[in-house]
Amino acid sequence: MTVQAAPDPMLPEFLPVDRLVRETHDTFTLSFDTRGRGGFAFTPGQFNMLYAFGVGEVPISISGDPARSGELVHTIRAVGAVTRALERAKKGTSVGVRGPFGTSWPVEQYSGRDIVLIAGGIGLAPLKPVIHQVLKRRREFGRLAVVYGTRTPGDILFKKQLEQWATRRDVELAISVDRGDPGWRGHTGVVTTLLGRVSFDASNAVACLCGPEVMMRFAARELEKLGLPNERIFLSLERNMKCALAHCGRCQLGGTLICRDGAVYRRDRVLRLMATKEL
Amino acid sequence: MQTQTLERALATHPFLADLGQEHLHFLTSCVKNARFERDAYLMHEGEPAVSLFLIREGRVALESQVPGRGSVQVETLESGAVLGWSALFPPHYWHLDGRAVEPVLAFELDGECLRKKIEGDKEFGYAITRRLLHVVHRRLERARLQQLDVYKAELQ
Repeated sequence: MTVQAAPDPMLPEFLPVDRLVRETHDTFTLSFDTRGRGGFAFTPGQFNMLYAFGVGEVPISISGDPARSGELVHTIRAVGAVTRALERAKKGTSVGVRGPFGTSWPVEQYSGRDIVLIAGGIGLAPLKPVIHQVLKRRREFGRLAVVYGTRTPGDILFKKQLEQWATRRDVELAISVDRGDPGWRGHTGVVTTLLGRVSFDASNAVACLCGPEVMMRFAARELEKLGLPNERIFLSLERNMKCALAHCGRCQLGGTLICRDGAVYRRDRVLRLMATKEL
Repeated sequence: MQTQTLERALATHPFLADLGQEHLHFLTSCVKNARFERDAYLMHEGEPAVSLFLIREGRVALESQVPGRGSVQVETLESGAVLGWSALFPPHYWHLDGRAVEPVLAFELDGECLRKKIEGDKEFGYAITRRLLHVVHRRLERARLQQLDVYKAELQ
């Protein structure tokens, strides 16, 4: 089936679900086959508005490999009415898609440097395209450290993929859970404790952080202590989004609109905003 | 000779980094090497806290028995970490279980011996207390973040 690109950015394009893979008890990955529409180009860090027919629309980061443009992938945590409706999708279910929107992780600009990715919880999903991107052009970058923290061993996303990456000698992967169980033999503790477990040169490294804002604040402070300047720390912010077109103002954060100017920001540009209460 | 070897090895542990040679020598008589196989316990909640451990290799899980949930891991400690402050502060009982989730190699410092040296030599006592304070400060920072349970209520 050939679907024409929607001319109006407020109009979703309906794509049939190709696959739904359960990642954890509350998180799943939705894939759409986009070969029929000529692929779906995006850059790592961008998001789409996904519309569950008759329920509503939510912003969801793209979690697939940007080099595989025939497949559009989103990893979603079922936490509200729309995401729970998306969780019930079957193969062939139509989902409205608008996008891609937003800024990107600027990793491409930093070839030759060490790349440090710090993810918390579902925050691993928006960073996954960066990992694919760096691995695809592995020789162009220095060390790649992936630091991932989540709540419990049962909440770890992309287990098979992580196992694959862990076997590579050119990837340093460190995983931690906030609460372990008796069967867990990995690291237990907050994600920031892992920063001492991976090696990177703070004088040249670039860090990308994605996860709950509090976690990013703590992790960024640790990076700062290690000598990484704010100009080389990037993070992804979230606020309620509605139009994703910088019209409605719902995602306003100070003088910036996250749907237009984010979600990926350089830390020095949002440091003050992140420290402002109730913003 | 064995004491000299132990003293040299002690000097490589991050907790004792830059501790003066004299103080290292002073401390060595309280220290012995300890090994724990996988799943062996270094400590049990409620039992007398007799030792402070400086982990050299391996990983120790700090666990608490929570009714209805069984054993919950609150943190793991790895090489370079310090474990067992309860040995230094009254009433000298462990507050958590400590289980080796990987084989562990550690320096085991006799709690009573260490307390006497801390009290007996104020300069040495200050050097050790200052290091412990730094460890506690870092652990408190982590505990605060952990307490926020940031991954629980995240919304997309």
